[in-house]
Amino acid sequence: MTEPILKLEGVCKNFGGLKALTDVSFALAPGEVVGLIGPNGAGKTTLVNVVTGKLPASTGRILFEGKDVAAQKPHEAARRGLARTFQIVQPFPQMTVIENVTAGALFGGGAASVGDARDMARKSLDFVGLAPLADRPAAQLALAARKRLELAKSLAMQPKVLMLDEVNAGLNSSEIDGALALIRKIAESGVTVLIIEHLMKVVLSLSKRLLVLHHGQMIADGPAKEIVADERVIEAYLGQKYAARLKELHHA
Amino acid sequence: MRSGPLAYALLAVGILVLASTPLYADNYVVRTAAIVAMYGALATSWNFIGGFTGYPSFSTAAFFGLGCYVGAICQRAGVPMVLAWLIATLMVGAFAALLGAIILRLKGHYFAIGSIAVVEVCRLIVSSWSSLTGGGDGLNLPLLTWGPEQVMRFFLFVMLAILILSLIATALVDRSRLGFGLRCIHQNEDAAAMVGIDTTRYKVAAYTLSAVFCAAAGAAYASWTGYIDPTESFQILMTVKVPVMAMLGGAGTLAGPFLGAAAFVLLEEVFWANFLDWNRAILGVVIVLLVFFLPGGLLSLARKRSAGGPA
Repeated sequence: MTEPILKLEGVCKNFGGLKALTDVSFALAPGEVVGLIGPNGAGKTTLVNVVTGKLPASTGRILFEGKDVAAQKPHEAARRGLARTFQIVQPFPQMTVIENVTAGALFGGGAASVGDARDMARKSLDFVGLAPLADRPAAQLALAARKRLELAKSLAMQPKVLMLDEVNAGLNSSEIDGALALIRKIAESGVTVLIIEHLMKVVLSLSKRLLVLHHGQMIADGPAKEIVADERVIEAYLGQKYAARLKELHHA
Repeated sequence: MRSGPLAYALLAVGILVLASTPLYADNYVVRTAAIVAMYGALATSWNFIGGFTGYPSFSTAAFFGLGCYVGAICQRAGVPMVLAWLIATLMVGAFAALLGAIILRLKGHYFAIGSIAVVEVCRLIVSSWSSLTGGGDGLNLPLLTWGPEQVMRFFLFVMLAILILSLIATALVDRSRLGFGLRCIHQNEDAAAMVGIDTTRYKVAAYTLSAVFCAAAGAAYASWTGYIDPTESFQILMTVKVPVMAMLGGAGTLAGPFLGAAAFVLLEEVFWANFLDWNRAILGVVIVLLVFFLPGGLLSLARKRSAGGPA
Protein backbone atom coordinates (compact mmCIF):
# COMPACT_ATOMS: atom_id res chain seq x y z
CA MET A 1 0.00 0.00 0.00
CA THR A 2 1.26 3.48 -0.80
CA GLU A 3 1.70 6.11 1.88
CA PRO A 4 -1.80 6.86 3.21
CA ILE A 5 -3.12 10.38 2.62
CA LEU A 6 -5.22 10.33 5.79
CA LYS A 7 -4.51 8.15 8.78
CA LEU A 8 -6.17 8.00 12.18
CA GLU A 9 -4.38 6.36 15.10
CA GLY A 10 -6.31 5.60 18.27
CA VAL A 11 -8.60 8.61 18.02
CA CYS A 12 -10.96 9.08 20.98
CA LYS A 13 -13.58 11.74 21.52
CA ASN A 14 -15.39 12.12 24.83
CA PHE A 15 -18.20 14.49 25.66
CA GLY A 16 -17.89 14.47 29.44
CA GLY A 17 -18.55 10.86 30.37
CA LEU A 18 -19.96 9.95 26.98
CA LYS A 19 -17.51 8.18 24.73
CA ALA A 20 -18.51 9.20 21.22
CA LEU A 21 -15.42 7.70 19.62
CA THR A 22 -13.19 5.05 21.17
CA ASP A 23 -9.81 4.17 19.74
CA VAL A 24 -10.69 4.69 16.08
CA SER A 25 -7.91 3.85 13.63
CA PHE A 26 -7.95 3.58 9.87
CA ALA A 27 -6.07 4.80 6.82
CA LEU A 28 -7.13 6.03 3.40
CA ALA A 29 -4.90 5.54 0.36
CA PRO A 30 -4.73 8.39 -2.18
CA GLY A 31 -7.55 8.12 -4.69
CA GLU A 32 -9.45 5.52 -2.71
CA VAL A 33 -13.24 5.62 -2.34
CA VAL A 34 -14.27 4.27 1.04
CA GLY A 35 -17.70 3.97 2.63
CA LEU A 36 -18.31 4.63 6.30
CA ILE A 37 -21.49 3.09 7.65
CA GLY A 38 -23.03 2.59 11.05
CA PRO A 39 -26.38 2.90 12.80
CA ASN A 40 -27.75 6.24 14.00
CA GLY A 41 -25.65 7.67 16.79
CA ALA A 42 -22.66 5.50 15.97
CA GLY A 43 -20.39 8.55 15.81
CA LYS A 44 -20.02 8.96 12.04
CA THR A 45 -20.58 12.70 11.99
CA THR A 46 -18.51 13.14 15.15
CA LEU A 47 -15.69 11.38 13.34
CA VAL A 48 -15.90 13.82 10.43
CA ASN A 49 -16.06 16.74 12.87
CA VAL A 50 -12.92 15.53 14.61
CA VAL A 51 -11.01 14.95 11.38
CA THR A 52 -11.87 18.44 10.06
CA GLY A 53 -11.06 20.21 13.33
CA LYS A 54 -14.62 21.24 14.14
CA LEU A 55 -14.23 19.28 17.37
CA PRO A 56 -10.87 18.60 19.02
CA ALA A 57 -9.98 14.95 19.47
CA SER A 58 -9.63 13.93 23.11
CA THR A 59 -6.67 11.68 22.37
CA GLY A 60 -5.06 10.04 19.34
CA ARG A 61 -3.28 11.18 16.22
CA ILE A 62 -4.70 12.33 12.89
CA LEU A 63 -2.11 12.27 10.11
CA PHE A 64 -2.78 14.09 6.87
CA GLU A 65 -0.05 13.53 4.25
CA GLY A 66 2.15 12.30 7.08
CA LYS A 67 1.70 15.39 9.26
CA ASP A 68 -0.10 15.35 12.61
CA VAL A 69 -3.06 17.68 12.21
CA ALA A 70 -5.08 16.71 15.29
CA ALA A 71 -4.91 20.26 16.67
CA GLN A 72 -6.02 22.03 13.49
CA LYS A 73 -8.90 24.52 13.22
CA PRO A 74 -11.63 23.98 10.59
CA HIS A 75 -10.25 26.68 8.30
CA GLU A 76 -6.80 25.12 8.42
CA ALA A 77 -8.26 21.75 7.45
CA ALA A 78 -10.04 23.42 4.54
CA ARG A 79 -6.86 25.08 3.30
CA ARG A 80 -4.90 21.83 3.60
CA GLY A 81 -7.31 20.06 1.29
CA LEU A 82 -9.56 18.29 3.77
CA ALA A 83 -13.03 19.25 2.65
CA ARG A 84 -16.40 18.03 3.84
CA THR A 85 -20.05 18.44 3.14
CA PHE A 86 -22.64 18.73 5.88
CA GLN A 87 -25.47 16.29 6.47
CA ILE A 88 -27.74 19.29 6.90
CA VAL A 89 -26.70 21.52 4.02
CA GLN A 90 -24.97 24.74 5.05
CA PRO A 91 -25.19 27.31 2.26
CA PHE A 92 -24.77 31.06 2.63
CA PRO A 93 -28.51 31.57 2.05
CA GLN A 94 -28.63 35.16 0.85
CA MET A 95 -25.76 34.81 -1.58
CA THR A 96 -26.19 33.54 -5.08
CA VAL A 97 -25.16 30.03 -6.03
CA ILE A 98 -21.98 31.25 -7.71
CA GLU A 99 -21.05 33.45 -4.75
CA ASN A 100 -21.36 30.44 -2.47
CA VAL A 101 -18.97 28.45 -4.60
CA THR A 102 -16.68 31.46 -5.03
CA ALA A 103 -16.27 31.54 -1.24
CA GLY A 104 -14.97 27.97 -1.40
CA ALA A 105 -12.50 28.79 -4.18
CA LEU A 106 -11.34 32.06 -2.62
CA PHE A 107 -10.70 30.91 0.94
CA GLY A 108 -10.17 27.17 0.62
CA GLY A 109 -9.00 26.78 -2.97
CA GLY A 110 -6.18 29.29 -2.80
CA ALA A 111 -7.51 31.61 -5.52
CA ALA A 112 -5.39 34.74 -5.85
CA SER A 113 -8.29 37.16 -6.25
CA VAL A 114 -12.08 37.31 -6.17
CA GLY A 115 -12.07 37.26 -9.99
CA ASP A 116 -9.96 34.10 -10.17
CA ALA A 117 -12.15 32.51 -7.54
CA ARG A 118 -15.22 33.25 -9.65
CA ASP A 119 -13.64 31.49 -12.65
CA MET A 120 -12.85 28.48 -10.50
CA ALA A 121 -16.40 28.55 -9.14
CA ARG A 122 -17.83 28.52 -12.65
CA LYS A 123 -15.82 25.41 -13.44
CA SER A 124 -17.07 23.51 -10.45
CA LEU A 125 -20.65 24.61 -11.14
CA ASP A 126 -20.28 23.20 -14.66
CA PHE A 127 -18.88 20.01 -13.16
CA VAL A 128 -21.88 19.41 -10.91
CA GLY A 129 -24.38 20.67 -13.48
CA LEU A 130 -25.55 23.74 -11.56
CA ALA A 131 -24.31 26.33 -14.06
CA PRO A 132 -27.84 27.26 -15.21
CA LEU A 133 -28.75 28.24 -11.63
CA ALA A 134 -25.57 30.23 -10.96
CA ASP A 135 -27.26 33.55 -10.29
CA ARG A 136 -30.12 32.29 -8.12
CA PRO A 137 -30.05 32.96 -4.36
CA ALA A 138 -28.94 29.77 -2.64
CA ALA A 139 -32.02 29.84 -0.38
CA GLN A 140 -34.27 29.31 -3.41
CA LEU A 141 -32.77 25.97 -4.42
CA ALA A 142 -34.59 22.66 -3.89
CA LEU A 143 -32.90 20.06 -1.72
CA ALA A 144 -31.24 18.08 -4.52
CA ALA A 145 -29.74 21.25 -5.97
CA ARG A 146 -28.61 22.39 -2.53
CA LYS A 147 -26.75 19.14 -2.06
CA ARG A 148 -25.10 19.70 -5.42
CA LEU A 149 -24.21 23.22 -4.36
CA GLU A 150 -22.56 21.78 -1.27
CA LEU A 151 -20.53 19.49 -3.54
CA ALA A 152 -19.60 22.32 -5.90
CA LYS A 153 -18.46 24.42 -2.96
CA SER A 154 -16.27 21.60 -1.65
CA LEU A 155 -14.83 20.91 -5.10
CA ALA A 156 -13.95 24.57 -5.59
CA MET A 157 -11.73 24.17 -2.54
CA GLN A 158 -9.54 21.80 -4.60
CA PRO A 159 -9.70 19.10 -1.93
CA LYS A 160 -7.39 16.13 -1.66
CA VAL A 161 -9.75 14.31 0.67
CA LEU A 162 -13.48 14.86 0.48
CA MET A 163 -15.78 13.62 3.20
CA LEU A 164 -19.39 13.38 2.14
CA ASP A 165 -21.71 13.33 5.14
CA GLU A 166 -24.95 11.80 3.87
CA VAL A 167 -25.10 13.78 0.66
CA ASN A 168 -27.92 11.54 -0.50
CA ALA A 169 -30.19 11.71 2.55
CA GLY A 170 -33.63 13.01 1.62
CA LEU A 171 -33.24 12.55 -2.14
CA ASN A 172 -35.55 10.43 -4.27
CA SER A 173 -34.19 7.52 -6.25
CA SER A 174 -33.65 9.30 -9.56
CA GLU A 175 -31.93 12.16 -7.77
CA ILE A 176 -29.74 9.60 -6.01
CA ASP A 177 -28.71 8.10 -9.36
CA GLY A 178 -27.65 11.56 -10.51
CA ALA A 179 -25.69 12.11 -7.30
CA LEU A 180 -24.00 8.72 -7.65
CA ALA A 181 -22.81 9.53 -11.14
CA LEU A 182 -21.44 12.80 -9.83
CA ILE A 183 -19.57 11.23 -6.90
CA ARG A 184 -18.10 8.68 -9.28
CA LYS A 185 -16.91 11.52 -11.50
CA ILE A 186 -15.31 13.23 -8.50
CA ALA A 187 -13.54 10.02 -7.52
CA GLU A 188 -12.26 9.57 -11.07
CA SER A 189 -10.66 12.99 -10.94
CA GLY A 190 -8.33 11.59 -8.26
CA VAL A 191 -9.90 12.92 -5.07
CA THR A 192 -9.91 10.55 -2.12
CA VAL A 193 -13.52 10.17 -1.03
CA LEU A 194 -14.98 9.03 2.28
CA ILE A 195 -18.71 8.47 1.91
CA ILE A 196 -20.82 8.45 5.03
CA GLU A 197 -24.12 6.92 4.19
CA HIS A 198 -27.14 5.05 5.43
CA LEU A 199 -28.23 3.83 2.02
CA MET A 200 -26.47 0.56 1.28
CA LYS A 201 -27.24 0.91 -2.41
CA VAL A 202 -25.13 4.03 -2.54
CA VAL A 203 -22.22 2.73 -0.53
CA LEU A 204 -22.03 -0.61 -2.28
CA SER A 205 -22.17 0.84 -5.76
CA LEU A 206 -19.37 3.32 -5.07
CA SER A 207 -16.87 1.81 -2.71
CA LYS A 208 -15.03 -1.46 -2.62
CA ARG A 209 -13.99 -0.94 0.96
CA LEU A 210 -16.22 -0.30 3.96
CA LEU A 211 -15.62 0.92 7.49
CA VAL A 212 -18.26 0.20 10.11
CA LEU A 213 -18.68 2.30 13.21
CA HIS A 214 -20.82 1.14 16.13
CA HIS A 215 -21.09 2.83 19.54
CA GLY A 216 -18.04 4.87 18.59
CA GLN A 217 -15.90 1.85 17.82
CA MET A 218 -14.60 0.70 14.47
CA ILE A 219 -16.02 -2.81 14.38
CA ALA A 220 -15.11 -3.71 10.83
CA ASP A 221 -12.83 -2.56 8.00
CA GLY A 222 -12.55 -4.51 4.80
CA PRO A 223 -13.91 -5.37 1.37
CA ALA A 224 -17.56 -4.36 1.02
CA LYS A 225 -18.91 -7.81 0.22
CA GLU A 226 -17.37 -9.44 3.28
CA ILE A 227 -18.49 -6.61 5.54
CA VAL A 228 -22.12 -6.89 4.50
CA ALA A 229 -22.13 -10.55 5.50
CA ASP A 230 -20.26 -9.89 8.76
CA GLU A 231 -22.28 -11.03 11.75
CA ARG A 232 -21.25 -8.15 14.00
CA VAL A 233 -22.35 -5.65 11.38
CA ILE A 234 -25.75 -7.27 11.04
CA GLU A 235 -26.02 -7.30 14.82
CA ALA A 236 -25.16 -3.63 15.01
CA TYR A 237 -27.90 -2.75 12.59
CA LEU A 238 -30.64 -5.20 13.51
CA GLY A 239 -29.89 -6.13 17.11
CA GLN A 240 -28.66 -9.42 18.51
CA LYS A 241 -32.03 -11.18 18.49
CA TYR A 242 -32.77 -10.54 14.84
CA ALA A 243 -29.23 -11.30 13.79
CA ALA A 244 -29.56 -14.70 15.47
CA ARG A 245 -32.90 -15.30 13.82
CA LEU A 246 -31.46 -14.33 10.46
CA LYS A 247 -28.65 -16.81 10.98
CA GLU A 248 -31.14 -19.58 11.80
CA LEU A 249 -33.06 -18.75 8.65
CA HIS A 250 -29.90 -19.09 6.60
CA HIS A 251 -29.05 -22.38 8.19
CA ALA A 252 -32.53 -23.81 7.82
CA MET B 1 -25.22 43.86 -1.80
CA ARG B 2 -22.73 45.65 -4.06
CA SER B 3 -23.12 49.39 -3.81
CA GLY B 4 -24.27 50.90 -7.05
CA PRO B 5 -23.98 54.42 -8.46
CA LEU B 6 -27.04 55.43 -6.42
CA ALA B 7 -25.16 54.89 -3.16
CA TYR B 8 -22.19 56.97 -4.33
CA ALA B 9 -24.48 59.74 -5.58
CA LEU B 10 -26.37 59.87 -2.27
CA LEU B 11 -23.12 59.97 -0.34
CA ALA B 12 -21.65 62.72 -2.50
CA VAL B 13 -24.80 64.84 -2.16
CA GLY B 14 -24.96 64.26 1.60
CA ILE B 15 -21.34 65.19 2.19
CA LEU B 16 -21.59 68.26 -0.05
CA VAL B 17 -24.69 69.47 1.82
CA LEU B 18 -22.92 69.10 5.15
CA ALA B 19 -19.69 70.69 3.91
CA SER B 20 -21.48 73.69 2.42
CA THR B 21 -23.49 74.63 5.55
CA PRO B 22 -20.98 77.31 6.69
CA LEU B 23 -21.62 79.18 3.42
CA TYR B 24 -25.29 79.90 4.05
CA ALA B 25 -26.36 78.81 7.52
CA ASP B 26 -25.88 79.95 11.10
CA ASN B 27 -23.72 78.29 13.73
CA TYR B 28 -26.55 76.11 15.04
CA VAL B 29 -26.94 74.47 11.62
CA VAL B 30 -23.19 74.06 11.22
CA ARG B 31 -23.04 72.43 14.62
CA THR B 32 -25.85 70.05 13.65
CA ALA B 33 -23.98 69.24 10.42
CA ALA B 34 -20.87 68.40 12.44
CA ILE B 35 -22.95 66.16 14.72
CA VAL B 36 -24.45 64.43 11.66
CA ALA B 37 -20.97 63.84 10.29
CA MET B 38 -19.77 62.51 13.62
CA TYR B 39 -22.67 60.10 14.04
CA GLY B 40 -22.30 59.17 10.38
CA ALA B 41 -18.71 58.14 11.08
CA LEU B 42 -19.76 56.20 14.20
CA ALA B 43 -22.56 54.38 12.37
CA THR B 44 -20.30 53.62 9.39
CA SER B 45 -17.75 52.16 11.83
CA TRP B 46 -20.38 50.05 13.54
CA ASN B 47 -21.32 48.72 10.12
CA PHE B 48 -18.07 46.70 9.90
CA ILE B 49 -18.97 44.49 12.84
CA GLY B 50 -22.75 44.90 12.98
CA GLY B 51 -23.62 45.20 9.31
CA PHE B 52 -21.06 43.13 7.42
CA THR B 53 -20.32 40.53 10.09
CA GLY B 54 -23.74 40.44 11.78
CA TYR B 55 -22.40 40.73 15.32
CA PRO B 56 -24.69 43.10 17.28
CA SER B 57 -21.99 45.21 18.91
CA PHE B 58 -22.82 47.82 21.52
CA SER B 59 -19.23 48.81 22.14
CA THR B 60 -19.36 52.10 20.21
CA ALA B 61 -19.47 54.30 23.31
CA ALA B 62 -16.52 52.43 24.83
CA PHE B 63 -14.34 53.17 21.81
CA PHE B 64 -15.62 56.72 21.58
CA GLY B 65 -15.06 57.35 25.31
CA LEU B 66 -11.60 55.81 25.34
CA GLY B 67 -10.79 57.91 22.28
CA CYS B 68 -11.89 61.02 24.22
CA TYR B 69 -9.69 60.15 27.18
CA VAL B 70 -6.57 58.99 25.36
CA GLY B 71 -6.72 62.10 23.16
CA ALA B 72 -7.32 64.39 26.15
CA ILE B 73 -4.55 62.87 28.26
CA CYS B 74 -2.09 63.13 25.36
CA GLN B 75 -3.03 66.74 24.68
CA ARG B 76 -2.68 67.67 28.34
CA ALA B 77 0.78 66.09 28.27
CA GLY B 78 1.69 68.52 25.49
CA VAL B 79 1.22 66.32 22.43
CA PRO B 80 0.00 68.40 19.45
CA MET B 81 -3.75 68.03 18.85
CA VAL B 82 -3.77 66.07 15.59
CA LEU B 83 -1.00 63.76 16.78
CA ALA B 84 -3.04 63.13 19.95
CA TRP B 85 -6.00 62.08 17.82
CA LEU B 86 -3.77 59.70 15.90
CA ILE B 87 -2.37 58.17 19.08
CA ALA B 88 -5.91 57.74 20.43
CA THR B 89 -6.95 56.00 17.22
CA LEU B 90 -4.03 53.58 17.28
CA MET B 91 -4.26 52.80 20.98
CA VAL B 92 -8.00 52.16 20.92
CA GLY B 93 -7.57 50.07 17.75
CA ALA B 94 -5.02 47.89 19.57
CA PHE B 95 -7.35 47.69 22.58
CA ALA B 96 -10.22 46.56 20.34
CA ALA B 97 -8.06 43.90 18.67
CA LEU B 98 -7.05 42.42 22.04
CA LEU B 99 -10.56 42.66 23.45
CA GLY B 100 -12.11 41.29 20.27
CA ALA B 101 -10.05 38.11 20.44
CA ILE B 102 -11.79 37.40 23.77
CA ILE B 103 -15.28 38.82 23.41
CA LEU B 104 -15.91 37.61 19.84
CA ARG B 105 -16.13 34.05 21.14
CA LEU B 106 -19.62 35.02 22.27
CA LYS B 107 -22.45 34.99 19.77
CA GLY B 108 -25.85 36.63 19.34
CA HIS B 109 -27.42 38.03 22.51
CA TYR B 110 -24.45 36.99 24.60
CA PHE B 111 -22.11 39.05 22.45
CA ALA B 112 -24.52 42.00 22.61
CA ILE B 113 -24.56 41.91 26.42
CA GLY B 114 -20.81 41.39 26.60
CA SER B 115 -20.20 44.37 24.34
CA ILE B 116 -22.44 46.60 26.49
CA ALA B 117 -20.53 45.47 29.57
CA VAL B 118 -17.36 46.76 27.91
CA VAL B 119 -18.82 50.28 27.94
CA GLU B 120 -19.71 50.10 31.63
CA VAL B 121 -16.39 48.60 32.66
CA CYS B 122 -14.49 51.27 30.73
CA ARG B 123 -16.60 54.00 32.33
CA LEU B 124 -16.02 52.61 35.83
CA ILE B 125 -12.29 52.27 35.32
CA VAL B 126 -12.00 55.78 33.93
CA SER B 127 -14.04 57.31 36.75
CA SER B 128 -12.11 55.43 39.44
CA TRP B 129 -8.62 56.09 38.09
CA SER B 130 -8.64 59.68 39.34
CA SER B 131 -4.87 60.24 39.23
CA LEU B 132 -4.84 59.80 35.46
CA THR B 133 -8.34 60.74 34.33
CA GLY B 134 -9.49 63.23 36.95
CA GLY B 135 -12.22 60.81 37.98
CA GLY B 136 -15.72 62.28 38.20
CA ASP B 137 -14.34 65.82 37.93
CA GLY B 138 -13.43 65.20 34.31
CA LEU B 139 -10.59 66.75 32.34
CA ASN B 140 -10.14 70.15 30.77
CA LEU B 141 -8.44 70.40 27.41
CA PRO B 142 -6.51 73.30 25.93
CA LEU B 143 -9.04 75.33 23.95
CA LEU B 144 -8.44 76.58 20.45
CA THR B 145 -7.87 80.32 20.42
CA TRP B 146 -9.83 81.04 17.22
CA GLY B 147 -13.26 82.66 17.02
CA PRO B 148 -16.33 80.47 17.68
CA GLU B 149 -17.34 80.32 14.01
CA GLN B 150 -13.88 79.28 12.92
CA VAL B 151 -13.74 76.57 15.58
CA MET B 152 -17.16 75.32 14.50
CA ARG B 153 -16.08 75.10 10.86
CA PHE B 154 -12.81 73.44 11.72
CA PHE B 155 -14.53 70.65 13.63
CA LEU B 156 -17.18 70.24 10.95
CA PHE B 157 -14.40 69.51 8.47
CA VAL B 158 -12.56 67.26 10.92
CA MET B 159 -15.71 65.17 11.47
CA LEU B 160 -16.34 65.11 7.73
CA ALA B 161 -12.79 63.90 7.15
CA ILE B 162 -13.27 61.06 9.65
CA LEU B 163 -16.59 60.20 8.00
CA ILE B 164 -15.00 60.13 4.54
CA LEU B 165 -12.13 57.96 5.76
CA SER B 166 -14.59 55.50 7.29
CA LEU B 167 -16.54 55.42 4.02
CA ILE B 168 -13.39 54.80 1.99
CA ALA B 169 -12.47 51.97 4.34
CA THR B 170 -15.98 50.55 3.89
CA ALA B 171 -15.76 50.71 0.10
CA LEU B 172 -12.36 48.97 0.17
CA VAL B 173 -13.51 46.24 2.54
CA ASP B 174 -16.69 45.79 0.51
CA ARG B 175 -14.67 44.76 -2.56
CA SER B 176 -11.98 42.79 -0.84
CA ARG B 177 -11.51 39.25 0.37
CA LEU B 178 -12.12 40.55 3.90
CA GLY B 179 -15.57 41.89 3.04
CA PHE B 180 -16.53 38.68 1.26
CA GLY B 181 -15.39 36.63 4.23
CA LEU B 182 -17.26 38.83 6.71
CA ARG B 183 -20.48 38.39 4.74
CA CYS B 184 -19.97 34.64 4.74
CA ILE B 185 -19.52 34.76 8.53
CA HIS B 186 -22.71 36.81 8.81
CA GLN B 187 -24.73 34.22 6.94
CA ASN B 188 -23.28 31.03 8.34
CA GLU B 189 -20.24 31.06 10.56
CA ASP B 190 -19.73 27.28 10.63
CA ALA B 191 -19.86 27.05 6.86
CA ALA B 192 -17.50 30.02 6.65
CA ALA B 193 -14.91 28.18 8.74
CA MET B 194 -15.40 25.07 6.64
CA VAL B 195 -14.59 26.83 3.37
CA GLY B 196 -11.33 28.02 4.89
CA ILE B 197 -12.10 31.41 6.42
CA ASP B 198 -10.10 32.14 9.56
CA THR B 199 -13.23 33.37 11.31
CA THR B 200 -11.52 34.60 14.49
CA ARG B 201 -9.02 36.75 12.60
CA TYR B 202 -11.70 38.17 10.31
CA LYS B 203 -14.02 39.03 13.19
CA VAL B 204 -11.18 40.70 15.10
CA ALA B 205 -10.35 42.74 11.99
CA ALA B 206 -13.98 43.86 11.70
CA TYR B 207 -14.19 44.72 15.41
CA THR B 208 -10.96 46.71 15.20
CA LEU B 209 -12.19 48.60 12.14
CA SER B 210 -15.38 49.36 14.05
CA ALA B 211 -13.25 50.89 16.83
CA VAL B 212 -10.67 53.07 15.12
CA PHE B 213 -13.01 55.65 13.58
CA CYS B 214 -15.01 55.87 16.82
CA ALA B 215 -11.78 56.58 18.67
CA ALA B 216 -10.77 59.26 16.18
CA ALA B 217 -14.20 60.88 16.44
CA GLY B 218 -14.05 60.70 20.25
CA ALA B 219 -10.62 62.30 20.42
CA ALA B 220 -11.71 65.08 18.06
CA TYR B 221 -14.93 65.56 20.05
CA ALA B 222 -12.92 65.99 23.25
CA SER B 223 -10.81 68.71 21.65
CA TRP B 224 -13.96 70.34 20.29
CA THR B 225 -15.86 70.56 23.59
CA GLY B 226 -12.75 71.28 25.69
CA TYR B 227 -14.04 69.29 28.65
CA ILE B 228 -14.83 65.59 29.12
CA ASP B 229 -16.17 63.52 32.01
CA PRO B 230 -16.93 59.79 32.34
CA THR B 231 -20.75 59.94 32.04
CA GLU B 232 -20.63 62.20 29.01
CA SER B 233 -17.94 60.13 27.25
CA PHE B 234 -19.32 56.65 27.88
CA GLN B 235 -23.04 57.10 27.19
CA ILE B 236 -25.19 53.98 27.01
CA LEU B 237 -27.59 56.03 24.92
CA MET B 238 -24.91 56.57 22.26
CA THR B 239 -24.10 52.89 22.17
CA VAL B 240 -27.77 52.11 21.42
CA LYS B 241 -28.37 55.03 19.09
CA VAL B 242 -25.55 54.21 16.68
CA PRO B 243 -26.74 50.70 15.71
CA VAL B 244 -30.28 52.08 15.36
CA MET B 245 -28.96 54.71 12.94
CA ALA B 246 -27.11 52.12 10.88
CA MET B 247 -30.16 49.87 10.69
CA LEU B 248 -32.41 52.83 9.93
CA GLY B 249 -30.36 53.57 6.83
CA GLY B 250 -29.56 49.99 5.91
CA ALA B 251 -27.01 47.84 7.72
CA GLY B 252 -24.37 46.16 5.59
CA THR B 253 -24.53 48.79 2.86
CA LEU B 254 -22.03 51.54 2.05
CA ALA B 255 -24.30 54.58 2.22
CA GLY B 256 -26.95 53.29 4.63
CA PRO B 257 -25.35 54.02 8.01
CA PHE B 258 -24.51 57.61 7.09
CA LEU B 259 -27.99 58.29 5.69
CA GLY B 260 -29.54 56.68 8.76
CA ALA B 261 -27.41 58.84 11.04
CA ALA B 262 -28.45 61.97 9.14
CA ALA B 263 -32.15 61.05 9.30
CA PHE B 264 -31.91 60.16 12.98
CA VAL B 265 -30.08 63.31 14.07
CA LEU B 266 -32.51 65.49 12.12
CA LEU B 267 -35.57 63.71 13.58
CA GLU B 268 -34.07 64.06 17.02
CA GLU B 269 -33.54 67.80 16.50
CA VAL B 270 -37.09 68.29 15.27
CA PHE B 271 -38.68 66.40 18.15
CA TRP B 272 -36.31 67.95 20.66
CA ALA B 273 -37.25 71.42 19.53
CA ASN B 274 -41.00 70.91 19.24
CA PHE B 275 -41.96 68.36 21.87
CA LEU B 276 -39.65 68.89 24.79
CA ASP B 277 -41.52 66.56 27.14
CA TRP B 278 -42.35 63.86 24.68
CA ASN B 279 -39.39 63.75 22.33
CA ARG B 280 -37.93 60.44 23.55
CA ALA B 281 -41.33 58.74 23.38
CA ILE B 282 -42.03 60.03 19.89
CA LEU B 283 -38.58 59.02 18.74
CA GLY B 284 -39.21 55.56 20.15
CA VAL B 285 -42.46 55.24 18.22
CA VAL B 286 -40.75 56.38 15.03
CA ILE B 287 -38.05 53.75 15.50
CA VAL B 288 -40.59 50.99 16.12
CA LEU B 289 -42.56 51.99 13.00
CA LEU B 290 -39.40 52.07 10.90
CA VAL B 291 -38.31 48.66 12.13
CA PHE B 292 -41.73 47.18 11.33
CA PHE B 293 -42.30 48.76 7.96
CA LEU B 294 -38.77 49.28 6.70
CA PRO B 295 -36.70 46.40 8.07
CA GLY B 296 -34.13 46.78 5.28
CA GLY B 297 -33.61 50.46 6.09
CA LEU B 298 -34.26 53.62 4.12
CA LEU B 299 -32.00 52.50 1.28
CA SER B 300 -34.29 49.55 0.57
CA LEU B 301 -36.95 52.07 -0.52
CA ALA B 302 -34.69 53.35 -3.27
CA ARG B 303 -33.75 49.85 -4.25
CA LYS B 304 -37.37 48.76 -4.53
CA ARG B 305 -38.15 51.70 -6.75
CA SER B 306 -35.20 51.06 -9.05
CA ALA B 307 -36.20 47.39 -9.29
CA GLY B 308 -39.64 48.54 -10.48
CA GLY B 309 -41.76 47.35 -7.58
CA PRO B 310 -41.53 45.55 -4.29
CA ALA B 311 -38.72 43.05 -4.21
